Amino acid sequence: MSGIREVFPVEAGGFTTAGEASATIKQILKKLGVDAGVVRRVAVASYEVELNLIIHSLGGELLLHVDDHRVRITSQDRGPGIPDIDLAMREGYSTASEDARSLGFGAGMGLPNMKRNADQFAITSDPGVGTCIQMDFNI
Amino acid sequence: MTLAQMMEITGAELLVPGVPLDKEISAGYSCDLLSWVMGREQPGMAWITVQTHLNVIAVAELIEAACVILADCSQVDSAMLQRARDDGFALFASKHDAFTLGGMLYAAGLRTTERP
Ligand SMILES: Nc1ncnc2c1ncn2[C@@H]1O[C@H](COP(=O)(O)OP(=O)(O)O)[C@@H](O)[C@H]1O
Ligand SMILES: [Mg+2]
Repeated sequence: MSGIREVFPVEAGGFTTAGEASATIKQILKKLGVDAGVVRRVAVASYEVELNLIIHSLGGELLLHVDDHRVRITSQDRGPGIPDIDLAMREGYSTASEDARSLGFGAGMGLPNMKRNADQFAITSDPGVGTCIQMDFNI
Repeated sequence: MTLAQMMEITGAELLVPGVPLDKEISAGYSCDLLSWVMGREQPGMAWITVQTHLNVIAVAELIEAACVILADCSQVDSAMLQRARDDGFALFASKHDAFTLGGMLYAAGLRTTERP
């Protein structure tokens, strides 16, 4: 399989198009013939990270990178960053707005869902600068 | 259990004409928090929720749910309905609440999705 690289810009507050990047990523992986179980795990994790860009960030992008050994999803945003990553990683912790909660977001399970679904999960954040999440899925 | 059997058991109304009703339902889960559903996803699941908006269809398609059943449903969000119709996604509405719907399907042999 030759390497694949795709970039998906994600806008802050874009609820009506929420999930489009993840749906496209899922289609690409299916077409490449990636194992269905792996595709599902990537779909869940990329949806959660995409929604976090929409709900919590000032905007950013998802990067899809596939080679012979793994699917890598990288999320980069333009801030505001996460002041306490250990706290943010806790199940149930959420700073989502009332508006987001009324749509069923803000369960505080997004980051835990990502970590559980990915084979490797790394998060770094610079308050005022942005957050970067990298998730690898072995194939 | 097929979608047709689920309709018979619950009396749920199909909102998307033409959807194949012989599709199998593998399990059920009832929750209004999207991340909880993503955490309990299983292919072919029936998802029972009161949330009526676009993002429910987006999530349901992503996790390949067999259907969404809107509980306590008096009015369906028009953008949600349009999206389900455009995509041919099996969206149902019921006057029953989520507890009752789950109970009916459980009594008919359907079980909850697997805990990860
Ligand atoms: N990209 C991001 N930028 C800023 N804050 C974030 C970002 N992603 C997550 N967070 C913070 O981490 C918290 C937990 O995230 P998550 O587990 O996905 O739960 P939820 O999205 O339901 O709030 C969020 O409420 C938010 O405070
Ligand atoms: Mg989240």
